[in-house]
Amino acid sequence: MDAIALFFVLGFVARLARSDLKLPAQLYEALSIYLLLAIGLKGGMELAKQAPMEVLPQALAVIALGVVIPLIAFPILYKLGRLDRFNAAAIAGHYGSVSVVTFAVAVDYLAARNLPYEAYLPLFLVLLEMPGIAIGVLLARLGGQWREIRWGTLLHEIFLGKSMVLLAGGLLIGWAAGPKGLEPLEPFFFDLFKGALCLFLLEMGLVAAAQAGALRSSGVFLAVFAIGMPIVSAVLGAVLGTAIGLSAGGTLLLATLAASASYIAAPAAMRIAIPEANPGLSITAALVITFPFNLLIGIPLYHRIVGLIHGS
Amino acid sequence: MPNTHKCKLVVLIAEKALEDKLAQDVMRLGAHGYTVADVRGRGSHGDRNGTWDADRSIRMEILCDVKTAVTITTHVEKAYFLHYAMVAFVADVGVLRPQKFSG
Repeated sequence: MDAIALFFVLGFVARLARSDLKLPAQLYEALSIYLLLAIGLKGGMELAKQAPMEVLPQALAVIALGVVIPLIAFPILYKLGRLDRFNAAAIAGHYGSVSVVTFAVAVDYLAARNLPYEAYLPLFLVLLEMPGIAIGVLLARLGGQWREIRWGTLLHEIFLGKSMVLLAGGLLIGWAAGPKGLEPLEPFFFDLFKGALCLFLLEMGLVAAAQAGALRSSGVFLAVFAIGMPIVSAVLGAVLGTAIGLSAGGTLLLATLAASASYIAAPAAMRIAIPEANPGLSITAALVITFPFNLLIGIPLYHRIVGLIHGS
Repeated sequence: MPNTHKCKLVVLIAEKALEDKLAQDVMRLGAHGYTVADVRGRGSHGDRNGTWDADRSIRMEILCDVKTAVTITTHVEKAYFLHYAMVAFVADVGVLRPQKFSG
């Protein structure tokens, strides 16, 4: 098992064993700012080397993937799972959006195995973060409450939420400054990245274990969904990655992005946009089940799936 | 106390997600200002220990006159009690410089 995943396990076990270990909230906040900026910068730097016309069709295809995933998740939750419309839509939105930390772990997985990938993939991370949330809100209001959607607030939340500002901001700075301009920042943003990721995963372990109690009340269906849906999405991501000509490594990253569920940006946006939904359900599914699943089992599994589909 | 004036203290303990909305609401409804602090605790929504975003709570305090206190509490009751974790209460307090908080 990779070292960084073990930090998650440490946090999870420590919390379950009722250790008094706690990371200060400000550290969590600071680490997430650092990780988002670093990922954005790295992607932007690589994006500067790409011809825009090459990336554009790929980007459009990736946005379409972000729209399709919640549209698949919603009927499963609503019809099969018999959740009410609001909860089904909110959870679908979480699964349409993405988890930045899962992406970072998948990048580390590739690096540890010396597998090359398109280094501008953080662009797709930015693109996939948005549509899921918007589609989730639209699905919640399909029952004729269109007028209740406060577009100003929603768009503000999606485009100016802190994770979007940091990721997209980092991407733009990296793109504008280019590899030469970022050279002085490398020791801070790139060399220390993995250590910061470990600390963040320790915290995620603590948080996930703290929420684990909610599993008992969330039901078997949600647990099955939280494992099954990422696999379905990963297959879609792998097929799309292959179709748009990504390398095997890039395809694995896209599959992992598709499989991941948001537990930072989406909960904040959904809480305001769909107050009727119970945040406990979506957070339990995304954070307590899907995130550890992707971290420990999913990424190696998607690697195999990509091997089959990509044929390399 | 002879040097203080009667005033209402409205206290709202709510999910952090509501902070911006509540801040806008209370100012629109006639408050002259407010104070917000991050807090943690336990209630009918379980243990809200404030370790990460979805788990954070705030405590907003507003000093105002009776009319504004009624307006604010009526509004939050209608707008937020159904779907959000929130506790609201009002206390009688004595303040200095009453013109800062009412009128």
